[in-house]
Amino acid sequence: MSVIEVLFLLLSLIAVGSALLVVTTRNMIHAALWLVVTLGSIAGIFLLLAAEFVAWVQVLIYVGAVVVLLLFALMLTKAPTGPQPDLNVARVVPAALVGLLVTGLLGTTVVAGFSGVRIDLDNAVVGSAETTGATIFEKWVLPFEVLSVLLLAALVGAIVLSRGRGESR
Amino acid sequence: MPLWWPLLLASLLFGIGVYGVLVRRNAVLVLMGVELMLNAVNINLVAFDTHFRDVLHGGQTFALFVIVIAAAEIGLALAIVLMVFRTHGHIDVDRLRSLADRDDPAELSGRSDPIGAAHPDKSGEGVR
Repeated sequence: MSVIEVLFLLLSLIAVGSALLVVTTRNMIHAALWLVVTLGSIAGIFLLLAAEFVAWVQVLIYVGAVVVLLLFALMLTKAPTGPQPDLNVARVVPAALVGLLVTGLLGTTVVAGFSGVRIDLDNAVVGSAETTGATIFEKWVLPFEVLSVLLLAALVGAIVLSRGRGESR
Repeated sequence: MPLWWPLLLASLLFGIGVYGVLVRRNAVLVLMGVELMLNAVNINLVAFDTHFRDVLHGGQTFALFVIVIAAAEIGLALAIVLMVFRTHGHIDVDRLRSLADRDDPAELSGRSDPIGAAHPDKSGEGVR
């Protein structure tokens, strides 16, 4: 077993364990902080899978921006900081069953479909900033521009929504 | 590395995300489950990009696009959550039943103004 495989297994363990803590912890702030651990280890997995630029974007956008936004939302909605007994719905067992079914279905499908296939990481093209930039601006320019318009629309929408209900200010 | 390792990890994270979305009552915690699901999809995209050695790098580019869309989604969703908190005083998705499908229309007559009912101190605002 190579170093990359060992590292991958370790990071996967961290990711799955902290993801489980995100959905089970009784403390909302802790859920957001465990999400940081999950997203960070996923960034490490991206690095192992030769997607360097995606990994840094993951750290910048998810760990840097999305989690901070989530923490702000928790703060602005006056989330209590202590452990809460009523964070989950009453029907935990059916929800867990659905989650297990989804995992089992997807897991058996991918394991049965790709059991003999190996990723050749030694000769993989590293998705560095140079490679990714060249690809985006040579081959994927139109989707990129459409996406920037979408971001602008989302920004305007978020501002309009949080301004309140049309009172003149 | 066997290809099914990252794929199985993605399935696990997706299932955990589904469980989180179903089981949590706080809207912000539901959004965390959605983030887990989006990240699981990204792992799939990156793994297949590396496996196929796509010349266009479609997988990694699409993973970046998914990250951008997730950022837009979280911004909008949190604006909506904050608005719900302003009008209802809580963001408990179990108790947000204003749009629920009711068999008996007479049930609605008592609560024609759910916003004002939830916030009696603000009920004079509409008169102004």
